[in-house]
Amino acid sequence: MDYEAVIGLEIHAQLLTASKLFCGCSTRFGDPPNHNTCPICLGMPGVLPVLNRKAVEFALRMAVALHCRTNPFCRFARKNYFYPDLPKGYQISQYELPLAEGGYIDIEVDQTKKRIGITRVHLEEDAGKLLHEGLTESDSKSYIDFNRCGIPLIEIVSEPEIRTSEEAYEYLTQLKTILQYLEICSGNMEEGSLRCDANISIRPAGSSEFMTKTELKNMNTFRGVQRALDYEIKRQAEVVEKGGAIERETRLWDASQQVTIPMRGKEEEHDYRYFPEPDLVPLVTDESWVEEVAHTLPELPTAKRDRFIREYEIPKYDAEILTQSSPLADYYEQCVGYCHNSKAASNWIMVEILRKLKEDNIDIEQCPLSPRALAELISLIDKGTISGKIAKEVFEDMYQSQRSASEIVQEKGLVQITDQEEIRRVVSQVVESNPKQLEQYRRGQTRVFGFFMGQVMKATQGKANPQLVNKILKEILDSS
Amino acid sequence: MAITIKEVEYIARLANLEFSPEEKERFTHQLSQIIDYMGQLQQLDTEGVEPTSHIIPVSNVFREDRVRPSLPREESIKNAPDKGEGFVKVPKFLET
Repeated sequence: MDYEAVIGLEIHAQLLTASKLFCGCSTRFGDPPNHNTCPICLGMPGVLPVLNRKAVEFALRMAVALHCRTNPFCRFARKNYFYPDLPKGYQISQYELPLAEGGYIDIEVDQTKKRIGITRVHLEEDAGKLLHEGLTESDSKSYIDFNRCGIPLIEIVSEPEIRTSEEAYEYLTQLKTILQYLEICSGNMEEGSLRCDANISIRPAGSSEFMTKTELKNMNTFRGVQRALDYEIKRQAEVVEKGGAIERETRLWDASQQVTIPMRGKEEEHDYRYFPEPDLVPLVTDESWVEEVAHTLPELPTAKRDRFIREYEIPKYDAEILTQSSPLADYYEQCVGYCHNSKAASNWIMVEILRKLKEDNIDIEQCPLSPRALAELISLIDKGTISGKIAKEVFEDMYQSQRSASEIVQEKGLVQITDQEEIRRVVSQVVESNPKQLEQYRRGQTRVFGFFMGQVMKATQGKANPQLVNKILKEILDSS
Repeated sequence: MAITIKEVEYIARLANLEFSPEEKERFTHQLSQIIDYMGQLQQLDTEGVEPTSHIIPVSNVFREDRVRPSLPREESIKNAPDKGEGFVKVPKFLET
């Protein structure tokens, strides 16, 4: 039987505030354990949390970007459960009346557009971090670092409208790009600043029923999410085919084995006894606040992509790559601003710059080559000063030495030879010293033309203008 | 409405508490009384009254996003019965 999957994703994104959600402790990543804690985030008796205004603003940005309707009156709730990473015994989250509800993201898989609904976006605090390995007594103890306790998170819950692992991957990619464009989350899944859990069930294709679902956790990369979903679809289908029943359970993705395994140990009671947080007053996000946020929202990835296609007349493929991150898009726009050759700029950035950045494992912000420097190189090709081939060599040098393109071209004497007489002289020499190939050419083996081209370029160290060489070579060969 | 001993045990488990059989018996009785009283409250006519979670008419109390000094680590983990290497230690439990 054919099955289709019903997938809903739950994403937690750490907000890039300097201080925690309800106290002034730092949110810095990588500090020594338990350095950024205070009576409030440790849940000491008698303390009072006070809401970080910036966290609300960041969450509102996401709500607006996802086309959600914000609840003008919302409140916080306590989610009660025991776990060693939660010193208060409850997490301050939102339950009824979350910050925002009912939005969507448009994704595209195999050239087909699809709209994925967003159920809700709400604010909550993060829990501490547990370490089970690598410390002195790790064989018998678990270690807790409370630095992460109280760092602001937004939880973004999708409708169960995702049908394939590819759609899930696209949805995640879009969401991450939006978070980064809004400058509210680093989007770094390995560092845990973006986390994704999935709910998944299968049903006969075309059915509209909802079957028993499993919850998948512990995916640390976008591809991990995709693979975990693929595995789980297959596993559930096999269970059903054998006449078995899917158990409602939480399963963990094991990346090293590429399987999902049931979470061992006592299954936690899912009875959180939510109730309104008495220590925090309601949050009122009136229309003027939401409008102010909407006004200051930057251009979002999809809009930017469409504008690039329109304004710079580059292919959709190029526009998609260039708008993957907002700093990369800025780099491109600046470069075009200087060189006025939008397609060349796109090619150089997509091929050479991105390759270099990948080799050096750095972001565009750390690129040693400024957009202006790259633009100068492109202009030198456009003016015919250097050939495209030589430009590659100049590029490598520029990237290493951070010297300007014209400086390198001058110093290394790389200026393209466009003097027809000089080229004619070299071509004649090459043709004369290769009588065997000339004979072949005369007999109609025009393939040797490439050989002569190569020899001429070699003799001029690649500096001869290829179009001129082509033309003159043809003349000389055909008249020899 | 009567509370059963099973419900008391369930609530105790959620609250991470252990009770003796006598205590369970006592709480069964006491919790039933509380629930009964709630039942009385339920009979009140609250038609047209907004559900209230906060009785003072205050909203939007914020702090600015500024870092303030945290507790020195010795202080913050002082109460933990077991600690080492800057961490709080608990008996080993694993997610997998």
